[in-house]
Amino acid sequence: MASRPWNLRESALFDRTVIAEIQRAAREGIYDIRGFGAKRALPHFDDLLLLGASVSRYPLEGYRERCETNVTLGTRFARRPLELKIPVTIAGMSFGALSAPAKEALGRGASEVGTSTTTGDGGMTPEEREHSKILVYQLLPSRYGMNPDDLRKADAIEVVVGQGAKPGGGGMLLGHKISDRVAEMRDLPKGIDQRSASRHPDWTGPDDLEIKIGELREITDWEKPVFVKVGATRTYYDVQLAVKAGADVIVVDGMQGGTAATQNVFIEHVGIPTLPAVRLAVDALTELDMHRQVQLVVSGGIRTGADVAKALALGADAVSIGTAALIAMGDNSPELEEEYARIGSSAGYYDDWQAGRDPAGISTQEDELAARFDPVLGGRRIANYLRVLTLETQTLARACGKSHVHNLEPEDLVALTVEAAAMARVPLAGTDWIPGRNGD
Amino acid sequence: MGAGEGLTAGAAQTTAVEVVDLAVTPLRELNQRLHDLAGGRPGTRHWRVLNPNGAHAVACGIDADVEVEVAGHVGYYCAGMNQLGTVRVHGNAGPGLAENIMSGLVVVDGNASQSAAATGRGGLVAVNGDAAARCGISMKGVDIVVRGSVGHLSGFMAQTGRLVVCGDAGEALGDSIYEARIYVRGDVAGLGADCVEKQLREEHVAELRDLLARAGIEDADPADFRRYGSARELYSFKVDNAGSY
Amino acid sequence: MCGIVGLFAKTTEIEDSLGTHLSAMLGQMSDRGPDSAGVAVYRDPAPPGASKLTLFSADPLQDWDALSAELGNRFGGSPQASIRSSHAVVVVDAEAAEAEAWVRGAHPELRVMSAGQAIEIYKETGRPEEFVRRFALGDFRGSHALGHTRMATESRVTTEGSHPFSTGLDLCLVHNGSLSNHNRLRETLRREGIDFQTENDTEVAAGYLAWRIREGASLEEALDGSLEDLDGFYTFLVGTVDGFAVLRDPIACKPAVLAETDDWVAMGSEWRAISVLPGAAEARSWEPVPGVVYAWERAKV
Repeated sequence: MASRPWNLRESALFDRTVIAEIQRAAREGIYDIRGFGAKRALPHFDDLLLLGASVSRYPLEGYRERCETNVTLGTRFARRPLELKIPVTIAGMSFGALSAPAKEALGRGASEVGTSTTTGDGGMTPEEREHSKILVYQLLPSRYGMNPDDLRKADAIEVVVGQGAKPGGGGMLLGHKISDRVAEMRDLPKGIDQRSASRHPDWTGPDDLEIKIGELREITDWEKPVFVKVGATRTYYDVQLAVKAGADVIVVDGMQGGTAATQNVFIEHVGIPTLPAVRLAVDALTELDMHRQVQLVVSGGIRTGADVAKALALGADAVSIGTAALIAMGDNSPELEEEYARIGSSAGYYDDWQAGRDPAGISTQEDELAARFDPVLGGRRIANYLRVLTLETQTLARACGKSHVHNLEPEDLVALTVEAAAMARVPLAGTDWIPGRNGD
Repeated sequence: MGAGEGLTAGAAQTTAVEVVDLAVTPLRELNQRLHDLAGGRPGTRHWRVLNPNGAHAVACGIDADVEVEVAGHVGYYCAGMNQLGTVRVHGNAGPGLAENIMSGLVVVDGNASQSAAATGRGGLVAVNGDAAARCGISMKGVDIVVRGSVGHLSGFMAQTGRLVVCGDAGEALGDSIYEARIYVRGDVAGLGADCVEKQLREEHVAELRDLLARAGIEDADPADFRRYGSARELYSFKVDNAGSY
Repeated sequence: MCGIVGLFAKTTEIEDSLGTHLSAMLGQMSDRGPDSAGVAVYRDPAPPGASKLTLFSADPLQDWDALSAELGNRFGGSPQASIRSSHAVVVVDAEAAEAEAWVRGAHPELRVMSAGQAIEIYKETGRPEEFVRRFALGDFRGSHALGHTRMATESRVTTEGSHPFSTGLDLCLVHNGSLSNHNRLRETLRREGIDFQTENDTEVAAGYLAWRIREGASLEEALDGSLEDLDGFYTFLVGTVDGFAVLRDPIACKPAVLAETDDWVAMGSEWRAISVLPGAAEARSWEPVPGVVYAWERAKV
């Protein structure tokens, strides 16, 4: 096979991906819609390192000396806060975006290790409620499937202001995925492209959000924690306003957060990375004297126990996974390479979740494809992955001398880059320098 | 007692009535007692609420066949997520009246503020005065009958259900409407994206007659109304519709 | 985000109890605005040729008497400072513009909260109930008043950042909502000579109205102009020497309720704020239509 001549140079600005997209836009006249989160390189937890034990700090022994991982979410107002065994939850992903067996698997896996799952922009399915021991029910602008019976069946309520992939945008589900069942749950005609509202229909602004949260509490007799989820943008103000509006828990989703379907430009160019978002959120809570009183859950690009540990060190109470959970269940698996090739993609690159033709049976509504997905096996994979995340977090926390993962603190971190140092407000490794602090 | 009766006069008091004065009783207690009647549990079926004084979330989350009369003006989300209950407000209602109503009846003697019956999925919401902007926003099966007028963006993203307006409608009526049906007797200031006037056929006249009757409106002739619904041009993303997005 | 209230008296009874009613209205709005509170009260007009300034000092030991003496020396007469907490009202024997300019120049450490014939503006951080107490709001008698309770959105909770903002002589603005083009507009207005003390979006709206009026627009024209030039979500309540005006943006997501009896006209973000007024149950109440200016003023004799 002839190789490309060595004198050819690709443009960094107009690389092959960009050329393909411009020519696609010229052919089709509509923006590119895809799933997955931001794919470009961004400052992230990888740019931070943990300072393990040394002469001055002593580690914990593995096995014998415990490193606790339990978290309680919703201590502020709710009669029944959520008691989680691990500081990792499953983020909101809709039935509709995902197949029914995929939702079931998430519930099975999360329940096995003692954590929660979250419904998505489509309502609560009986499978998810049945298989998920702790279930957070989302209230979104669309209100698809919203009803008080499910609200009462839920363990917590999450008011979604936005998500990291598209802060300011609404849900999206294309016609091929609006199956009979999805259509019925969402009160939509089958097979059409769903349009979704970006604002809530009956409140706008934190002053009215406060009244809305009051109503939700009244309807559910003040039992359940109320979460407020925001996509990371003006995170400092958002978190303060969510506290003032009465949230028990705040979920901050950085721009790396995934989606099943959104315009590519929205995913890549709106919002801030998870790294500065965590710091801003913790600053906001601390200034209101509410850190740890109103719990903080952080999502957007959590992949390993290292990400978990660093997010906790910066002050989060827990993290949430979305994309990683789908991958754990088999999305983008190399075994499916042939099938990906047939639909114009490749393992490791597949992000056409909006098309609903997923050979793994996860982001599809096609019965035949969904039938390939074994929810029991999927559940086991989720449980395994969550266990690994927890073990990795504990390993790192023990190495830093912590008997509870919540005792990780920002002073356990250093940064590898100037951006990460400034964003996370931790010193550049080997220096005292935190860019932007003290005017330098 | 049918829904058409007692829509402007007070309910006939032939049975025991529990009176709750919000000037002395916390709202939490009222709502809890109403919730405790769910699942067919025994208890008073008729309630009267005094001195609401614009309080929010009054009689929200009802899940029982009870009747609640509210003597005065209420704030936001009165009768929110109502299921099986009947709530009559003898005054005005704030934003989000009967939001996400599942079934039952909610009647307001006066005016309703924004987003009345928002995302409602069943039952009937009747407003004897005017409803404001966004009446029936994102409705998913509720029937709404307004004796007066509605404000702008009413029926926005209305999915299913029926919205009847005896007065006028504001700008952008039925913007981005799906399969809901809208009937207006007065003037329509403007139609929203993909909302068009449609022919009023026999079956629509019959539907309208039934809705008006259920709302206790006897002095409106269905033939005087015009019907509005989706042109269904936005059901698939198409470049030609770029101007509508 | 916030709560706003306005009360316009049609009878002497209501004028006499204006402060009591305003306090009750503010109290109802404290949930939606817990960070700070402020009022503009129109009362005790200064005699012709004289004017009234309301001044704020961050210094709890501020020597207001010394300031009054200075003003007497400069402009004549013997002005007395009427002190409420951190604010003082002083009647000066000069036109408002001149008096204000002098204070700004001679005492940059003081903040001029308002200037004009009848207006007095008081605003402070802290809960509305505290504010009512600290400023003995219940005492006030006057012809009309505006009030505001604040939940700060994108700027800090400070005294300067609280509403009402004074846009000109006897003019003020309170706002519920969030503007989206105020940063560029602030720069434009700065070049037109308008001063800004905060990063607050409402201050920009107030500056915009002041600028339009300075350039010859009537209040109504200035408010109509804001529909074009201001982007975002807003319910505005503007105070003038004769009355007040209400305007909602065309999208109108933020609430507003108006009510009227033979004794008063009132405006509030929620009915709760109006429910505390005498005769509220029988009042005619309605919601302002978006994009339309509603104005009340007392007849000029």
